[in-house]
This record gives sequence, structure tokens and C-alpha cells, in this order.
Amino acid sequence: MAETGYALEARGIVKIFGNHVALDKVDFGLKPGEVHALLGENGAGKSTLIKILTGAYQPTLGEVLVDGFPVSLNNPQHAQTYGIGTVYQEVNLLPNRSVAENLYLGHQPTRFGFVDRRKMERDSRTVLARYGLDIDPSSELGAHSVAVQQIVAIARAVELSGKVLILDEPTASLDRNEVERLFEIIADLKKSGLAVVFITHFLDQVFAIADRVTILRNGKLIDTKALDNLTRTDVVRLMLGKDIAFSGATKLEENRPLGEVLLDFKNYGRKRSVQPFNLTIHKGEVVGVAGLLGSGRTEMARIMFGADAADEGTVAVAGIQTSIARPTDAIAHGFGFCPEDRKAEGIFGDLSVRENIVIALQGKLGWFSALNRDEQLEIAGRFGEAMDIRAASLDMPVKLLSGGNQQKVILSRWLATDPAFLILDEPTRGIDVGAHAEIVRTINRLRDEGLALVVISSELDEVVAYSSRIVVMRDRELVAELNGENINPGVIVQAIANHKDGVSA
Amino acid sequence: MNRSLRPLLATALIFAIAYALAVMQFPSMFSTRVLGNFLTDNAFLGIAAVGMTFVILSGGIDLSVGAVIGFTGVLVAVLITWAGMHPLFAFAIAIIVAGTFGATMGLAIHYLQVPAFIVTLAGMFLARGGASVITRDSVPIYHEFYAWISDLTIRLPGGGRLSFIGLTMVAIFIVGALIAHRTKFGSYVYALGGNPVSASLMGVPVARTTVAIYTLSSVLAAISGIVFSLYTSAGYPLAAVGVELDAISAVVIGGTILTGGYGFVLGTFIGVMLLGLVQTYIIFDGTLSSWWTKIVIGILLFLFIVLQRLIFVASAPGEKAQKA
Repeated sequence: MAETGYALEARGIVKIFGNHVALDKVDFGLKPGEVHALLGENGAGKSTLIKILTGAYQPTLGEVLVDGFPVSLNNPQHAQTYGIGTVYQEVNLLPNRSVAENLYLGHQPTRFGFVDRRKMERDSRTVLARYGLDIDPSSELGAHSVAVQQIVAIARAVELSGKVLILDEPTASLDRNEVERLFEIIADLKKSGLAVVFITHFLDQVFAIADRVTILRNGKLIDTKALDNLTRTDVVRLMLGKDIAFSGATKLEENRPLGEVLLDFKNYGRKRSVQPFNLTIHKGEVVGVAGLLGSGRTEMARIMFGADAADEGTVAVAGIQTSIARPTDAIAHGFGFCPEDRKAEGIFGDLSVRENIVIALQGKLGWFSALNRDEQLEIAGRFGEAMDIRAASLDMPVKLLSGGNQQKVILSRWLATDPAFLILDEPTRGIDVGAHAEIVRTINRLRDEGLALVVISSELDEVVAYSSRIVVMRDRELVAELNGENINPGVIVQAIANHKDGVSA
Repeated sequence: MNRSLRPLLATALIFAIAYALAVMQFPSMFSTRVLGNFLTDNAFLGIAAVGMTFVILSGGIDLSVGAVIGFTGVLVAVLITWAGMHPLFAFAIAIIVAGTFGATMGLAIHYLQVPAFIVTLAGMFLARGGASVITRDSVPIYHEFYAWISDLTIRLPGGGRLSFIGLTMVAIFIVGALIAHRTKFGSYVYALGGNPVSASLMGVPVARTTVAIYTLSSVLAAISGIVFSLYTSAGYPLAAVGVELDAISAVVIGGTILTGGYGFVLGTFIGVMLLGLVQTYIIFDGTLSSWWTKIVIGILLFLFIVLQRLIFVASAPGEKAQKA
């Protein structure tokens, strides 16, 4: 160990892309045996810093030191040889190969030039046992849950590097139990002297597991502090650089006069997807949908939008019976849908911001009245401004924007069609605190403008903050509808957990 | 059961049933003679299909295979007949030329980030055009080495013969299977087919692997061209037109997923044999147009693509995760 006491250190890192300074003289030090949280809004430079620490990017200026010695990391594999392993947000393993191969790919034990599969599987079993996993190492990785894949990814990173473990939003797709399991594993690794970098959007998790925190904002280092004497508010203030009201509302919007009925779903359902449900949605109303992952929330949204056809029940739009069997039907009625999985179902990553915004409007207009470029720019510009989309240019590919800005692009896309009804599935997933607040503000504004919205969210504080009414899903069934004065996250949790008699409207 | 085994089993089952039906109609199809000819007649296709298996497993495609076979045949014939070179020298030159050609395509695919479809399409025109520039006519090969190799056969009980080229194909399949399933290189090929981004993050040498895959495919196409010249004793620039498509069919019928990541080299062998069986049946029947081969291949391909969709979509992990 060199005099610095850091397992991994970055000094004065500057990274410039074109004429954009992504990192500006950032210092970062990681001690062995600590969990170090790296925080910042999207676009603050977290992922750029991580990519430099793992060798995926080269710093424009500054140096990276391992155990006090300057190194130049050419690529992630090279970083591995220095003991630096990374687990990314989306599990970056090979679902088509066996668990054992995923653990050892590139480092398989060989005998006479051939891979010694038996030894590899035996070793895998030993390794996985340390993480409390008892699975067949010869089974296909893709057959296991995301949580198991995540643990395999961590096991691989630790096995191959063993000094520094970088976890880039490892909990984004895990449920509560799985997160706890992961934290136990991290605690064990920490005890064994590993240095862990932990990146997340969940402040609770930071306080649950991290020892120190480094906060970045706009590519600049704000501070590195021990967490002991920090409060959540301190951290948020450091991240945002300003005071914001943090999850203020704990009761539903006061009962205000309902608008006229816009939508009326009666016994609406789809076999093996959602049990028939009844739901009336008024103009100027936000209906929050709460429930655990897999409770049928997304499925409900999909049949409302016609992405999956309902096979039971009826729907009336503004009092007139109709059928919504395809998304085009829904769009014709003025519906919009922002799906949960932005990357897979929402944005066209390679298309520009402008094209992404006008695409639904163009779909509505049909083939024969193409919007010309000026009209497109006018529309995109208007929404870009209204929604405060931060893009260098409206012609840059959407995939280069941060998660929050991508979400705003999708929202703009539907708003451009002048919708009557919007379904938002997890609109704040994976976006930072600042963008969070903005999305919530936008939802409130749209409601005040008379739109009807259905918003699905796992964040109960948030659902409570903007909903006029909350429906609760459980086991693919709409089990409760909550409205009134005293609704708080606790009551929703009860409704999710309890049986039907537990809570009633 | 490992779900990628299912298409392989289906192919094997279809082959067994089809062969049994053919034998019921023409009992003489069950003989070492017919089986021996199966290997000999399909040797060049089989060898090219081994290379194609690697390419498709990695998520790519190689359309230049047929053209490389034709080019190699012409090159070998010209070197032997016009330049008076010993066939073994000619073979070595042809393999080096093809290897360079394949490596160049691999480099273009990796570094220029151009889809393999486009790069190998260009390769196809280049190789086919190159062959036609060398000669427009068929160049016959008269050399004692060729005669010697044709006589090099193993007699089987029942009058059948295992020819040198048939055995070459079998050997290449065995070596191919060992490389695909037992070496690190093989695991990299599957890794690229599974998810190239993950593969590179996991430290797979993507550039080297891509270049090696297309080099291997072109080298095997060259060997296939050599075998084809042994089979026909000539080199013709328009030989083996469309063989790349037959090879792709054999690979897909053999249970390899066209999008990469799943499949077995052995499956391709069964795929090639199944195509050979269809052809042999039509020859035995005598009344059917040889175009029926294409129709049957078309039907088989379609069936297998549907089957793969069913197997892989029905048991997609995402679905499980949702239920959990």
C-alpha cells in the first residue's frame, strides 16, 4: 500500500467531449474496505467518471492511480488486471450462455488447449455458494431472474478483479428483498477489504450502506464527505445546489369538483393478464396506480391503450361505447402512452429529438400530410422549451440525452398530439431528483389544463403527491380505490398488503 | 432441458423420419453406397456450412461463400493447368488468398461498423468478378495428384465408398465442433452472438474474434472450393452460385438461430445431410423436377424458423421475470 491509502484514486480528471466539458478537475479517492457512494443528477458526470476509472474512456487531463501508482487503463479488461471490476445497471452478461461461462468467460480454465468445463463448473459452484446461490452452473443464465443475474455479475467482477468493485445502479431492477440480499453481499465484500463504489438514485440505499459519499454536479466535484454527519436534506442540497421542497404532500389533492366523465371502463380485462376492472376517469383528474412490480399495473395500462386487446368488458369514451383494440384506435381517441421501459418501447434512440417529438403527431395525421422540416422544428422547439428539454440541439440523437430529458421528449411527443388522456408508466424511473420534481410539476400542470392522466409509479410518496385518486393493484386485480383526506403511503402499503376488507374507499 | 438443444433434436428427428420414409419407398436407399455418396456429394456444401455456422453463431452472415468457392476453383485450376504448379502449392496459395480476403472483410465489419450483410455482399461480387476476369470458361484439371486422390477411398461392406473428400468434410465437422464448443475462441463466438456489447465489456477481444470468424469462413470456403475442384476436376467461374444460401439453410435447419448465440456445429451436419437426403430422394424418384429440392428446402426452412420462434419466444426469460 502506498502512502495515499487509496486503493483507487483519480486526480484532477478532466474529460472533454467535443466542446463539452464532462468532467472538470475531479478528484476521487477510494479506500479499501469502504462503500463509497457516487451521487449526482443525471448529466453530472457520474458515468463519465466511472468509465474513466474502468478504462472505457481515457481522461483528457489528470491521472488514475492504483495503490498510489499512476496507471493508464486502456480498456475495461485492462482495468480488470489492476483489480477493478464493474457491474453495470443493465446486467451485461450473456443470457445465452451457462452461468459458469458467464463467471469465467475469457478466463476459463483450460486443459490441453480446451476449456475444462468440469473444473469451471465445480469452481462456479464454490463461488456461487459464497453468495448464497445454489443454482446449476451449467444452466442458461437467461433462465434465472434478474436478481440472480445481478449476483452472478457481481461474483464475476469480484472473482476477476478482487480489489475494487464498481456498482452502477445495481438495484434499479431489483425488488426490496433482492436489494437486501445484495446489501448483505456488499457488506460481506466490504468486510473482506474490497473497495466498493456504489451509484444509485435511491438516497435511502445510500444511507443504508455507504460510508462516504462523493457528489458531482455539472461535471464538477462538489464534495466528498463521511455520511455519519450528513442528513438526507444535506445530500440533496449538495446534489442540486439549491433548496427544493422534498416530497411535501402527504395527503391527496383536496377533493375538488370532478370534471365530466372522459373514460368509463366496465369489467374491462384480458385473460391471463388483468382481471376485469371498473374504472371511471374524469377530465382534469390524475388517477395514481400503485402496486408491486408484476401486480398487473403495466398490463392494465397496456389494455387501456390497446397495446394488448381486451377480451372482456366495455369501454366508453365521453359517454360513447367504442372499442380500443389497437394503439391506433387509442390515438384516434386522443390517448397517449409513455411506457415503462423507455429504451425498449419509448424512444427511437438514433432519431433526433425533433423526430422523436413529432412522430406520434405524424402518425395521427396519416401518411399524406407530412409535416415539413420547418413545422417539425417549430413544434419540437415549442415543446422543447415548454418542457425544458436540455439538448445541445434538437437534431441530436435522443439516445445521447439523459434519462430525465428522454422522458420529457416522450411526454412532449404525446403532448404534441393534443391528447385528452395520458397514461404514464413509471415516468420518474431512473431519472434524477431534479428531473423528478419537474416531471411531477408537469403532471400537475397537465391536470390543471384539464387532461385526464393515469400515472403508474412505485414511489408512493410521489403517487400521493400528484394523484386525485389512487387505485391499488394486487395479483393482476384492481383491489382498492383510495380517495379522501387521509391517504398517505402507509395506507397504500396496507392496501397493497392487506386483503380486500383491509381498506375501503 | 437446455432449450437450444430442442431445434437440434427436432432436426435429427425429422431426418430420421424422412430417411425411414424414403427407405420404405426405395429400400435400396438404405445402403452404404448411398450413405457414402451422401458424404461425397455434399462435402463442399458441408465444409462451407461449418464456416457459416461460426459466422451465424456470432450473429453475422457471410454471403461471399459461394463466390469464394468459385474463385478458389478457378485459381487452383489456373495455377495447376496453366502455370504447371503442383496442386498442393496451388491449394496453399488459394487458402492464403482466401484467408486474407476473409480477414479483410472481418476488419471492415469490425472497424468500419458496416453490417456483415453489406461487406460480404461486396465480397461476393469481388470474388465472383475476380474469378470471371481470370477466365470466362471452365478450366479442366488433369494432374496425377487429382487422379490419386479420387482413388483414395475406403471401401465399405455393401459396395459403398468413403471418399477422401467425404472424410475431409467429416474431419472438418469434428474439428469445427471442438473449436465451437470446447475452446475459448468458441465461447467468444457465442458471446458475440449473444450480446456484442456485453461481450466486449466482459473482455472478449471483439476485433480479433470477428476477424478470425470471417477468416475461418473464407478459409473453409476455399477448402470447399478445392474439394469442389477435386469433385469436378475443373475450375469454373460460375461454379457454386448460391451455395452460400444453401449453407445458410443447412445451418438454420440444423438448429442454429439466425440471430446468433444458440446452435451446434453437429446440427449443421444433420442439416446438410437432410438437404442431401431430399436431393437423393428426388434422384431416386426420377419423375420429380429437381426444383422440388428447392421447394422442400423452402418448407423446411420456414418450419424451422417458426419452430425457433416458438421455442425461444415462449421461454424468453423476460416472461418468467414478469411472472415472478
